Amino acid sequence: MVVGARRGCVLALRRIAVTALLAVLLVPTLLVAPVLATDVEVVAQEDTDEADDAGDEEDAGGEEFRGTLVTGDDEPIPGVIITVETLDGEVVGQVESDEDGSWSQPVPEPGDYVVTLQADTLPEGVELRDPERASLETNVRTGQERTLLFPFGEAAEVTPFSERLISQTFNGLKFGVIIAIAAIGLSLIFGTTGLVNFSHGELVTTGAVIAWFLNAPAGVGAGIQLIGAGAIAVVISAAIGGAIDRGLWQPLRKRRTGLIQMLVITIGMMLVLRNVNQLVFGSSSRPYFDYTIQDAFVIGPLRVTPRDLIVLLLALIVLVLVATMLQRTRIGKAMRAVSDNRDLAESSGINVTRVILVIWILGTGLAGFGGILNGLVENVSFIMGFRLLLLMFAGVILGGLGTAYGAMFGSIVVGLVTELSTLFFSTELKLVWALFVLIIILLVRPQGLLGRAERIG
Amino acid sequence: MDVFLAILASSVNTAIGPSAIVYALAASGLNVHYGYTGLLNFGQVGFMLMGAAGLAISVSIFEVPFFVGLLCGVLAAVLLALVLGAPTLRLRADYLAISTIAAAEILRFTSRSNTLAEFTGGPFGIPSQVGGAGFTQTWNAMNPIPPGRYSFGWLQFTHTRLWVVIVGWILVALVCLLIWSLMRSPWGRVVRSIREDEDAARALGKNVFAYKMQALILGGVLGGTAGMVLVLFQGSFFADGFRPELTFYAYTALIMGGAATIFGPVLGSLTFWFLLAVTERTLTLTGILPSGAGGATRLALVGLLLVILMVFRPQGILGNKREMVLDG
Repeated sequence: MVVGARRGCVLALRRIAVTALLAVLLVPTLLVAPVLATDVEVVAQEDTDEADDAGDEEDAGGEEFRGTLVTGDDEPIPGVIITVETLDGEVVGQVESDEDGSWSQPVPEPGDYVVTLQADTLPEGVELRDPERASLETNVRTGQERTLLFPFGEAAEVTPFSERLISQTFNGLKFGVIIAIAAIGLSLIFGTTGLVNFSHGELVTTGAVIAWFLNAPAGVGAGIQLIGAGAIAVVISAAIGGAIDRGLWQPLRKRRTGLIQMLVITIGMMLVLRNVNQLVFGSSSRPYFDYTIQDAFVIGPLRVTPRDLIVLLLALIVLVLVATMLQRTRIGKAMRAVSDNRDLAESSGINVTRVILVIWILGTGLAGFGGILNGLVENVSFIMGFRLLLLMFAGVILGGLGTAYGAMFGSIVVGLVTELSTLFFSTELKLVWALFVLIIILLVRPQGLLGRAERIG
Repeated sequence: MDVFLAILASSVNTAIGPSAIVYALAASGLNVHYGYTGLLNFGQVGFMLMGAAGLAISVSIFEVPFFVGLLCGVLAAVLLALVLGAPTLRLRADYLAISTIAAAEILRFTSRSNTLAEFTGGPFGIPSQVGGAGFTQTWNAMNPIPPGRYSFGWLQFTHTRLWVVIVGWILVALVCLLIWSLMRSPWGRVVRSIREDEDAARALGKNVFAYKMQALILGGVLGGTAGMVLVLFQGSFFADGFRPELTFYAYTALIMGGAATIFGPVLGSLTFWFLLAVTERTLTLTGILPSGAGGATRLALVGLLLVILMVFRPQGILGNKREMVLDG
């Protein structure tokens, strides 16, 4: 009776909490919709970067508004008058666009201004895309040269929603299988040892970076074609995983180090690996040297490069292979047994230490492979693994922490959520939605979609 | 020898500077979470971001007075603790770690995006000039120290830095006093018993969830305070200054000094910054490494230090091994 009441109370509390969280997270997104429309106004923000870095205090003055007026067909529009006023309506300056259509108007001090394009000075046949946006209210910061955009002519043809849906689904699937491959190790390691490995993302980066150096032309690297380089890098990654287990985790498990203590150790490992990767590879993000420029071919409404298609197929094949191995082979069955119940597996004669070592080798090898695929689709950078890490956690928890199939399934869902969210919301926020899914799943079904219910609270 | 003295002097200068104050406050917050209550909060940087954003946005964009802005920063951190804690405090420690780090990243991505640029300044953040007065104006106007450079033996300060350092260390001292008095009170004994055995505490009729929430709020407010000190010193707020690494460094400082001790986080962040500065300057000034490579090398060494500490001395410099028998 008492237990029942308590449970009801807990459920009610959880419901309230979910509602509160949803409210807090949704309010900004609702605000976003109208803001999105006004977003276009700033196009060349990159320009302002340097001015910012120059230092805010010493570098007073030099603020201005500027821009280039061109029609929808990229023809410059000369002789258009633009006025800049303060918010109180005091005119700061007036400028006419030159032959290239460009204009600039310095302002005396940083602050808020109204920039107005005098629509009656436009030549015949040229009209603002949105006549109401002839006046822009905007601000300029110390030392900033702020570029403003006045769009003319009809809006560019918008890709139909169905086509974007199909291409984003493809991208989501591609991203999802890459996360899945990288996440199998994370999930299996947790399942067998209970370790939440925060350094798993850095193992992804390490694989990609090793492949990059093997692939780079002689002088920088070994100059091996990417397929060979990738294969070697996966083997090296796997060996690194084996070495980490043998050299660090196995002794720690023998000493019965606590799981929380080990979790903090993985954080330390993460810092070591990431910064070593940064030292070796540098801070910039760079592509591999093969398969960079390709002609996309068209399948129905979908445009894909052969590279992306092969990445997707390769990843799917590897996932099927791993699943078959877990299902059919002796070691695969042993892995699932240890993951399911370690003590029972040990007492039925499975060498748990060896199984864990194999899982580390397999998991790290797959992480390296996932890193190479991700580097191929995007670019290689020292931060790529950490970016994937939270998505891997999201996928693994969504599917059910500790199960290999759950990790595959959950990661693909996370990939799809990430890419499909761009159909409705800003691209900048796409990772937010994946992390949002993570938190929602933790609230409503912490054991994951495929996981077995047990007490984790 | 001169080089050695120069390295030492500038490292001590760094070790007592504003960064160490920020980390001492953030790590003290983590100490309440992790050291005393056993909550594995890996989203401390989220609380720092909320505190900083609360101050910067309320003062610069909504033009409230500075002291109301400080209050807004504190309230923002409390709000995050409530929203984050209500659903996640029931989770096991490792799940809590993942969800808090995810929440902190959600906050960073959202406030960095252009969609909220009207309030947060997007990727460029809020420099002190935006919106008229700017959020550092009152702070700088309160500075009683006449402009100029000051030196005390090896230590050198500008008047703005000296102002931050004085107020900051007084703040740290007050926080230590607060934690000391709380932890010897009945409240402190309950949260420590929750850390040791949650079920036992529950069996004795304590509302474990409420105590955990109070601890989360307290530590979160300390984190928010750290964020406010950070933006006041920098003179600007931008979301990308609040990366997950900050939390990890704060943990390193906490564990180095000794979790579940009053002065552990303070000593830890002093040592942390001293070691960071010493390694970087030794490596670059003696010409072992080119000047650009110092940053990554020292952070790799920080990671290594964290691993070694956790393996060989998990209780840190000041800690008591019997006190730290944490295991989720």
